[in-house]
Amino acid sequence: MPQVVRNSPVYDVVVIGSGAGGGTVTKVLADLGVSVLLMEAGPMFNPAKDIKEHMWPYQVPHRGVGPHGEGYFGRSPFTFSASFGGAQLDGEPYTVAPGSDFSWFRSRILGGRTNHYGRFSLRFADYDFKPHSRDGLGWDWPVSYEDISPYYDKAETFIGVVGTKEGIRSAPDGIFQTPAAPKVHDILTKKACGKLGIPCIPMRSAIITQPTNGRAPCHYCGQCGRACMTASNYASSYVQIFPAMKTGRVKVITNAMARELLTDDAGKVRAVSYVDKNTRGEQQVRCRTVVLAASACESARLLLNSKSPRHPAGLANSSGVVGRYLTDTVGTGLSGHIPALEGLPHYNSDGYGTHMYIPWWLWEKQKDVGFPRGYHVELGGGFGMPGVGSFQATCQRHEGYGLGLKKAIREEYGTGVSFSGRGEMIPNEKSYCEIDPQMVDRWGIPVLRFHWEWSDHELKQAEHQVRTFAEIIHAMGGTVTGGRRGSAEAGGGTGRQVISRGGAVIHEIGTVRMGDDPKTSVLNRYCQSHDVKNLFVADGGPFVSNSDKNPTLTIIALAWRTAEYLAEEMRKGNV
Amino acid sequence: MSEYSRRDLLRSVALAVVSAEAISAQEGQHVHQMATDRTEKSGRYEPKALTAHEYATLERLTDLIIPPEGKSPGALAAGAAAWIDMLASENERLAAIYTGGLAWLDHAMLGRSEKNFVDASPAGQTALLDLIAYRKNDSPDLGPGIGFFDWARRMTVDAFYTSKIGIEDLDYRGNTAMARYEVPVEAIQYALKKSG
Repeated sequence: MPQVVRNSPVYDVVVIGSGAGGGTVTKVLADLGVSVLLMEAGPMFNPAKDIKEHMWPYQVPHRGVGPHGEGYFGRSPFTFSASFGGAQLDGEPYTVAPGSDFSWFRSRILGGRTNHYGRFSLRFADYDFKPHSRDGLGWDWPVSYEDISPYYDKAETFIGVVGTKEGIRSAPDGIFQTPAAPKVHDILTKKACGKLGIPCIPMRSAIITQPTNGRAPCHYCGQCGRACMTASNYASSYVQIFPAMKTGRVKVITNAMARELLTDDAGKVRAVSYVDKNTRGEQQVRCRTVVLAASACESARLLLNSKSPRHPAGLANSSGVVGRYLTDTVGTGLSGHIPALEGLPHYNSDGYGTHMYIPWWLWEKQKDVGFPRGYHVELGGGFGMPGVGSFQATCQRHEGYGLGLKKAIREEYGTGVSFSGRGEMIPNEKSYCEIDPQMVDRWGIPVLRFHWEWSDHELKQAEHQVRTFAEIIHAMGGTVTGGRRGSAEAGGGTGRQVISRGGAVIHEIGTVRMGDDPKTSVLNRYCQSHDVKNLFVADGGPFVSNSDKNPTLTIIALAWRTAEYLAEEMRKGNV
Repeated sequence: MSEYSRRDLLRSVALAVVSAEAISAQEGQHVHQMATDRTEKSGRYEPKALTAHEYATLERLTDLIIPPEGKSPGALAAGAAAWIDMLASENERLAAIYTGGLAWLDHAMLGRSEKNFVDASPAGQTALLDLIAYRKNDSPDLGPGIGFFDWARRMTVDAFYTSKIGIEDLDYRGNTAMARYEVPVEAIQYALKKSG
């Protein structure tokens, strides 16, 4: 029997979701003196037990392959991850339309995916905000680099980002802390890239190398994906939400799955209905304003499920655009064996994971490359902590068994390099999410159905990525050892063979996009709903395009700007 | 900063991590200690998915895949068979792969030497493995053995190199806290020189 509490207090702001967007909004509003109720669909993040940092594989019975050996059968175990999530969540299904392929990673814990993400923190370039003006494809943002740049400054200063000033247009400089030195394979990669005219620069990562706001500097264990004992990387949980809670203006409700936004006669949001996962009872909290930060697709789902006679297509959806123009990142990968690394004296190379990367370098020659937009490349290599699967490629290559195999593994350890391409997908009409007409989740909430299609732009780009990686490996004197699928092993393969599954890079973006025209966009330039003035969105949903830059830093910058705008509008009595 | 003072810093770690549930520094440190101090359990493993004979066969097979050499232990010492059996006891597909594969191994050995795999001579055992350890030998006759050996090799290697002794054998030096990140100059010079 659902228990609906109608006499709850009225909160100034209810924030739904506690990742990069929700964490930032919560922190900024709390600092501005606004009271916030933060709702998270998962449990509280408890650093004492949820951080698996410094654990060895043999300290879990299955060594990291996952319960029941699931890692051997195509299901990625996130054994050491602190994000409490995956593409399959018990009781929380989604569907994929026939002919589409899409994977939807969701996180259920305070801090969401910021507890495990790669920490790469790249600013959009000036041209990334105006892609349509550049090549006639997709849409321009209603804001420019100049509008967002001050918020990149605030974000970088507060969360702490390592990097170096390079003066490269595709990779605008920011406010950086000193990065760690390049690893040996980075130095070789940079040398080879030099021969090919490709830049290779220190990665900009949300890692601190000097004490920052009471947080200790990085201790270089390379395990950022497990969250951090010393809070030396950015995660919204320990960098923003816990300090915000100390102000006394923030209340957190965990295990609260938002079901629906309830509106008043004037069409404004008056309350959020949610399921308390502990009791399965339905609850309501009343609010003056609401900020959706549940992730692009969850926020779209919540709006589409908030139907009423006044809003038959869902709330804030007079444009019909909610759920549309879903994008992910174009992902490919290729690895190589580098003879120059054979016999290299062993050293502790952990650091903070990726120390160097290749920013997009062909923006001036875009017409010659054969596809619009660009990609960047994240470098991998070094003497990593061994795990399940670490030597599978060596086994496949070497075959055999016995002392010969043991010797081959010992000799090949640390001689590999890997390249992960991360490129821009242009929003298209065939990639979107909608409410599945038949299926509901464990709490009776209608689920999402995904439609997905890569266009030729992305497929051509993916081919270019893999070809480039092969060229770099060859320029290093190495041989290509493996890619995503068999045909990539020669450094070739068609786009369809080498491109990632939709959703697999976990950069889903764009389902409630911003714009100046209420007919073609859901939100205005401050991420405020055109239709519902006390409704804001602060996750990846508002993005108009999905540049090659990893979205988190831009989510933080936009959320910061939205929170300041919201506080000011509230002060003026406009919302 | 010395490693010792770095440890002190780590002890204060949980201080920086201000938890909503007021995690004390001691508790945070406790977890850290657990992670670094815990070691593998010792004692005789009782197979759960495999019969005693199958398990003995698997133990022999894993030790042939990653054998001991001088001071370097092998897969038997690393408990590879126990780990595989434990996973097979939780996963029917793995259980089928191993019971079927080990039976194939016995059957193939019986046809060659009238002995089960585990009872055959070391030379007889390796003669059979020399056939099924390579994809180039694929045939209707050997196919099932080659497919099974691929699984056994993959999981034995995983088991060995995720064990404490396997990680030591590999000379992995990380998973620790460092005050500064430094790359040894001699390593850089070595690689640059070798890269031409």
